[in-house]
Amino acid sequence: MKILVCISKTPDTTAKIAFTDNNTKFNEAGVQFIINPYDEWYALVRALELKETVGADVHLVTVGGADCDPIIRKALALGGDHAYRINASSGDSFYIASQIAAHAKEQQYDLIFTGKETIDYNGSGIGGMVAELLELPYVSIAAKFDLNGTKATINREIEGGEEVCEVELPVVVSCQKGMAEARIPNMRGIMAAKTKPLTVVEPVAADSLTSVVSFELPPAKSGVKLINADNVEELVKLLHEEAKVI
Amino acid sequence: MSVLIFADQAEGKIKKAALEAVQYGAKVAAQLGTTATAVVLGAADAAELAALGNYGATKVLHAADARLHEVESTVYTKVIAAAAEKEGAAVIIFPHNFDGKAIAPRVSARLKAGLVAGAISYPDTSNGFVVKKSVFSGKAFANVNITSEKKIISIIPNTFAVSAGTDTATVEAFSPAINDADFKVKVVKKNTLSGEIPLTEAEIIVSGGRGLKGPENWGMVEDLAHALGAATASSRPVADAGWRPHHEHVGQTGLTVRPNLYIAIGISGAIQHLAGVNGSKVIVVINKDPEAPFFKAADYGIVGDAFEVVPRLTEAVKKYKGLN
Repeated sequence: MKILVCISKTPDTTAKIAFTDNNTKFNEAGVQFIINPYDEWYALVRALELKETVGADVHLVTVGGADCDPIIRKALALGGDHAYRINASSGDSFYIASQIAAHAKEQQYDLIFTGKETIDYNGSGIGGMVAELLELPYVSIAAKFDLNGTKATINREIEGGEEVCEVELPVVVSCQKGMAEARIPNMRGIMAAKTKPLTVVEPVAADSLTSVVSFELPPAKSGVKLINADNVEELVKLLHEEAKVI
Repeated sequence: MSVLIFADQAEGKIKKAALEAVQYGAKVAAQLGTTATAVVLGAADAAELAALGNYGATKVLHAADARLHEVESTVYTKVIAAAAEKEGAAVIIFPHNFDGKAIAPRVSARLKAGLVAGAISYPDTSNGFVVKKSVFSGKAFANVNITSEKKIISIIPNTFAVSAGTDTATVEAFSPAINDADFKVKVVKKNTLSGEIPLTEAEIIVSGGRGLKGPENWGMVEDLAHALGAATASSRPVADAGWRPHHEHVGQTGLTVRPNLYIAIGISGAIQHLAGVNGSKVIVVINKDPEAPFFKAADYGIVGDAFEVVPRLTEAVKKYKGLN
């Protein structure tokens, strides 16, 4: 079985969010970059568990420049077998999905995992777009994935609960919490990652359908209004009369 | 040309997030000098469909095929694309809920229509077609220009308030060809908690954290939520410890919510939790630690012991609502 895990480089969850170049670029100064948590903790680790239980070649793909190599090496250290970096930089989901789809078409994967969204652009679109471009079924925001032969049983989140779906491979799945427990790479994995293949692929021609014009930060809160713990009636009054939310 | 809105239903009832999408779509249509058509898939009550006119839809295309009762992204994509073609839709609107996240990207790729997922503004057409969206998990916004001819916007639930008018929409049966072979994903079971308000649609949320010390103390959270007509949520450590189910977990790795009122009880306010709630219109923090970072993100705060404050607050709410 061949599994593709799509990974993306994102700022650490605690990174300070600021912009430069007249608010057109994310300020990377002093920011630590990580594998997008949904890609790593859930998509990649579940793929590795499948590799351990039913046997699989786990490939990784990312679309980005050489600055992505450290996070790719980490994914290899966790247990990925072969990484592909498509050498292009884009903020457009369709462009990125087109690159991944072109790679996947060539490789013929049984299973493609993505995170449910990245924590920077929060687009949540790559999985669905890749599925459509490859004409594959898609299960989004999955919290559980089991495999029995070529039939997958997947729990996907819906409003106020979840539904259990069945689908024959190949399938594209976007992963969230519940799929697997986060792991940390061990020394053997880190050493092995140094010699695992990281193939740099040039991008195919593809359209970009969107472009970011500018970023902005939310207006600062005016400050908390503290209410005495003995006077909760005052809070109810403020919520009704001032905030008008009850 | 027109604006098409995907209005999703659950058990035949149009979702609240879908009503918001319809009204949003109608406003975009007015902005572009055209009309709004909603498309509904699966069984739905005829009166509910006509009532989409209350939110600005002129026409409703209803694909009532029983096979469409459950969301299958491949099939839904084909039906919505067919509806877009029939209506000559230049813009398609989705709610950015679970259904929207499953389908909008597929439709985007199929139609080569640029997608802004998680929009929080109407498009600005003064220079291109620029839509503001939430990025960095709610910590910033991006203004994104859709450069393709066809455009798709999915809007974050609870962002655009709806107000119902009195117009009704023309309901038209819509039956594009659907192949059985396209139904690849089959829903075999649903585990939903009926009677509860889905968190992403809730207008008021009462949320509890580690400060509550254990699952046995959730009764007071539920009492307050009940008095307010609110949904309940939790922070990540609470979900991880198994005190509360995962689908209640709000934050960076859980749900992103935007209620009118978010009441955080015994939650310190780690940056990952704030990422999931900072779109809330009003935040109330109850914590015994005056140094809890959550107070910096709050509108109102009470420094005090939750075990004393919360029951008193519940009584005060009941009194205000005349429930006692």
